[in-house]
Amino acid sequence: MTYDLPASASITAPAALPPRGLDGLDPDFSRLVTVPARDAGGASRTWHLLDNGAQLDALGVTPVGTILCVHGNPTWSYLWRKLVSQGAAAGWRVIAVDQLDMGFSERTGVQRGLPQRVRDLGELTAHVGLTGPVVTLGHDWGGVVSAGWALDHPDQLRALMLLNTAVHQPAADPIPAPLRLALRPAILGAATVRTPGFLETTLALAHPPLSREVKAGFRAPYAGAARRGGIGGFVADIPVDSDHPSRVELDRIAEGLRSLDVPALMLWGPRDPIFSDRYLDDLVGRLPHADVHRFEGAGHLVAEDVDYTAAVLHWLDGVRPATTAAPEGSPDAATPPDAATSRDAAAETAPAAGPATPATEPAPLRWSDDLRPMWDYLDALSSSRDTALVEMAPSSGPAPRTVSWRLLSRRVTEIAAGLSAVGVRHGDRVSLLVQPGADLTAVLYACLRIGAVVVVADAGLGVRGLTRAVRGAWPDHVIGALPGLTAARALGWPGQKISAVDLAPTARRALGVTHTLREIVALGSGAGSAPVLPSPPLPGDEAAILFTSGSTGPAKGVVYTHAQLCAIRDVLRAQYDVGVGTGLVAGFAPFALLGPALGTRSVTPDMDVTAPRTLTARGVAAAVAAADATVVFLSPAAITNVVATADELTDADHAALAGVRTFLSAGAPISESLLRAVGQLMPGATGHTPYGMTEGLLLTDITGEGIAAARALSEAAGHSLGVCVGTPTGPAKVLISALDADGRATGVPSNTPGVTGEIVASAPHLKDHYDRLWLTNEASVRGTGTGTGADAVTVSASPAAPSAQPGERWHRTGDVGHLDDAGRLWIEGRLAHVVVTAAGVVTPVGLEQDIESLAGVARAAVVGVGPVGTQQLVAVVETAPPVGKVQRATSELSAAVRAVSREPIAGVLVVPTLPTDVRHNSKIDRAYLSDWAGAALSGGRLRPPTSATRRLP
Amino acid sequence: MKVLVTGASGFLGRTVVEHMLAAGHEVRTFQRRPSGVPGASDVLGSVTDVGDVDRAAGGMDAIVHLAAKVSLAGDRADFTAVNVGGTQNMLEAARRHGVGSFVQVSSPSVAHAGDSIVGDDALPADPAHARGDYARTKAEAELVALAADSEELRVVAVRPHLVWGPGDTQLVERVVERARAGRLPLLGDGTALIDSTYVDNAASAILAALHRADVVHGQSYVVTNGEPRMVAELLEGICRAAGVRPPQWKVAAGLARAAGGAIEAVWAIRPGADEPPMTRFLAEQLSTAHWFDQRRTRRDLDWTPGVSIEEGLARLAVSYR
Repeated sequence: MTYDLPASASITAPAALPPRGLDGLDPDFSRLVTVPARDAGGASRTWHLLDNGAQLDALGVTPVGTILCVHGNPTWSYLWRKLVSQGAAAGWRVIAVDQLDMGFSERTGVQRGLPQRVRDLGELTAHVGLTGPVVTLGHDWGGVVSAGWALDHPDQLRALMLLNTAVHQPAADPIPAPLRLALRPAILGAATVRTPGFLETTLALAHPPLSREVKAGFRAPYAGAARRGGIGGFVADIPVDSDHPSRVELDRIAEGLRSLDVPALMLWGPRDPIFSDRYLDDLVGRLPHADVHRFEGAGHLVAEDVDYTAAVLHWLDGVRPATTAAPEGSPDAATPPDAATSRDAAAETAPAAGPATPATEPAPLRWSDDLRPMWDYLDALSSSRDTALVEMAPSSGPAPRTVSWRLLSRRVTEIAAGLSAVGVRHGDRVSLLVQPGADLTAVLYACLRIGAVVVVADAGLGVRGLTRAVRGAWPDHVIGALPGLTAARALGWPGQKISAVDLAPTARRALGVTHTLREIVALGSGAGSAPVLPSPPLPGDEAAILFTSGSTGPAKGVVYTHAQLCAIRDVLRAQYDVGVGTGLVAGFAPFALLGPALGTRSVTPDMDVTAPRTLTARGVAAAVAAADATVVFLSPAAITNVVATADELTDADHAALAGVRTFLSAGAPISESLLRAVGQLMPGATGHTPYGMTEGLLLTDITGEGIAAARALSEAAGHSLGVCVGTPTGPAKVLISALDADGRATGVPSNTPGVTGEIVASAPHLKDHYDRLWLTNEASVRGTGTGTGADAVTVSASPAAPSAQPGERWHRTGDVGHLDDAGRLWIEGRLAHVVVTAAGVVTPVGLEQDIESLAGVARAAVVGVGPVGTQQLVAVVETAPPVGKVQRATSELSAAVRAVSREPIAGVLVVPTLPTDVRHNSKIDRAYLSDWAGAALSGGRLRPPTSATRRLP
Repeated sequence: MKVLVTGASGFLGRTVVEHMLAAGHEVRTFQRRPSGVPGASDVLGSVTDVGDVDRAAGGMDAIVHLAAKVSLAGDRADFTAVNVGGTQNMLEAARRHGVGSFVQVSSPSVAHAGDSIVGDDALPADPAHARGDYARTKAEAELVALAADSEELRVVAVRPHLVWGPGDTQLVERVVERARAGRLPLLGDGTALIDSTYVDNAASAILAALHRADVVHGQSYVVTNGEPRMVAELLEGICRAAGVRPPQWKVAAGLARAAGGAIEAVWAIRPGADEPPMTRFLAEQLSTAHWFDQRRTRRDLDWTPGVSIEEGLARLAVSYR
């Protein structure tokens, strides 16, 4: 297809300097460069570019290298103005070009296809001369052009950075609708050249909207049709079909990326109607080693939506050429040489910590007698008739449903083989939207066995949260029951759809289902012959992506490798003595799925797994009896209802429960009284409550006895010290990164008792990393010697800390607390909920517990109002019985609250119910309450606090 | 030190004199009526009379200037004459007589344009935006005082916020009288967080400012108890201490502000010296948050309040027995 652009697109004009006064653009960075004609028939071309070279010279700084920035369509080098102005301080030369026919560069009057543009850029850089190794940075079609340059300059190339872009359009997939429209021959010229339609549409894609001044900056070079020929030319250059003249070059670049082994970074705004997550996923496939960060809520103009400059410069800290120290001899050098040295040291002690240290990659882990895969017992017990699973209330068929090891093992093998047959490959992501039960268990282990990466998000996230999670993880396949598949269809979730249930042909078509689980099993059973399975994954391969609850911002995907999943299994086995032959009541979903890995006889009690409070005491007793269970895992909500329905228990039920040895409340801490009450139902059992999160499921553990001892400590102190969650489990280590005067966790992680700070943990069963959230991941390992951060202070640098082992993974939990003399961990709240008054840092949990000790107070939240550093404390309480509407506390209640609080409380408000997070319905949303109380106490109307869901846009 | 305290017959002035005496200073007072404080010598006169002022300032080492027209209504020219002119007169006399230190007792309302104040430190006095004649003239006076600051005459401005205590005819008595008559409404839900200052704390802060004048001159400091309370809670506490029923009814805050403005307008054209029952300024004071960052005040003045709100209310209750 060819396009006739309006005649104005062939009008030529010389390059010019931008007008002065464009918002955020320092005119000193602008220069015009004329590249002479290469041959007699050619023409010289003049470029406008932003270049901080003169600034570096003036500062006497020798740059560590050059960042070559290439804008897309229809922007110009203005897009990179922040990086250009901040680059020198970080020691980088930054050159941002205006592509020919774009920005303030020359209007050549010639339509320039992709091959020409890649050549143009190469001629420019050859003429200008770039300093040191080069890192490319491209956005939109600038991403493609810069990648082309990168492939052509392997000797100079140090790294590659991309913002929302695409290098490949699968033949089968439609191109994005907005582009399709703009590409219609009847529209193209009008949309892109004759009118500023395409330009204005692009500028409207910013989240939040661009200011008037910045919009004016972007429009500056494109006033009038004669200036916009390049915009039309770029759109016309999109290779929509295989005959397009730029197709060959695009394919060369797309394929070339696969062999590029330099460090790569992709910063992505997912709210992009053009370069959606689909293209990110394609790029990740080509550059699997790339660091990727998706900025939730940001869109196509990600460079305007978020602080990409900080992200880029932080990432570049990790790709600085090792031989080039930070710029020396300059007072303005951003990094003192000794800091650079310690950073290098940190990188050396952290193997496989990212692209900075590709050379130190250790040999891959192998399965061995000491490291057995998750499916080990499915192989070992494949002919056992013993019970593996019991479902007390199966979704179909007679109850209870009992599955032997033999059957489970065969079914897992069949599904594994069947999935392989329908194209599920090692490394493919498989989103599981199936309710917990035997089917989910079989599918899960089948995926693990063939190396497919399971993506698990809790239905409690809600449809919106789930959609974000599934889109973020971009699965290749979705295995779901009806609700999941319906949502997948309605919301356009990606991936091949496999139904866990049988479907009528119409429903099947409507939902876009390619296979049912029954068909997968039949395919896998291979008509009698033994199923053939691909070779299993290695221990270091990715195994699962588990989504967080979203109670602290958008849900994050947490990546575990096989070895790390095995470590969860092993710590559970060691901590609670569960193994082959143990009867286990699995009332807490994440641990329920681990039953087959532990070799236990797992029972799923009669309950709606998405609503744990539907579990009754009799339901637990029946499950215990059915599997002769000695271990019971429950969630706090389930325990509450079990205790509430204890009256219904028969003598036989009591007898069954008397055989329980261990019970565990997992998910959130429960009160001592509740733990005692459930203990009375299982008199032979030791009650445990662990501390952990999606990123580290079992970090510490405490028994009922331990809690009582801890309470005695608080009583001796005269006030609550927090929630004691016990000592680290097995191989886990817990350190504290002390809070500074501003309430930030800046302390070197240490095990000094009595110091309050962020809880930093290490364990073999900790997360590997966050999925496509490189920056979040960096923040979660800050100061632990495992990130690339410039502020990295290694854990091992702390004389007080147990020395960090090479390869150890650490995680900042976002929780605050302290260690006591006995090494027990006490939780004092969330880091984000720390209050800083004029007197210092205050953590909420201890105060809340003291207030909750008052008669008539059911729950309390302590939050800060006002500016950090001089905040006032406000107590928000829920009374028993609850009040009907939000109000000031009576003077009696206020006096009582003040009397029991060791910090001054400015005010006490009473609410009918405290807002809690969506999933746990137990974690109080203090960040929201703080805003709410701030509004109420600034004199506004007293409105009821709403639920936490308001923070999910 | 020989200290002249102006306006010593007032509630805060009297307490300041007591604190000065207790600290071992020789105190002279200057106002129209006898101060009635044992141990202080009185000079009677008006701050608007240069002769009176000259007589009072002679031989002093320091001046604490409290005298001001504080009512919520009155003739605009009177406010200017007393608050701005009086301050000018005191400063000129201080310079003539070689007085070394000058504490200008000001008010946080000098920087208050009616918006809520949430944890701010003292902002510059702003006569153009201050609400009402009192706040405007006090703002001008503070600017005049700070402009006179020099190494020879060290001027500090102290802005105690909402001073109360036993014997207080301003806040406490107004609240109690109105509550007793059933005429004290709560504005809005009464949850606006406001700072207040127990009278002894205001006095000790003024003393501290005098002692620290060498270091802190040229500066303004807001002084409060540092224990903000919801306005309804504070009013309730005062009523309980006085043995009267706390406010039982509410008026929408916006309505009160509008009504306050209207009443102000009516009072402005009505001759007489009585006060309007509500002004826009008062409505704003009672319905928007205004509490302050006290860190700089406490650090610079090397001072902490000695009497908590709770203790203050207990002392107030004793005074009503």
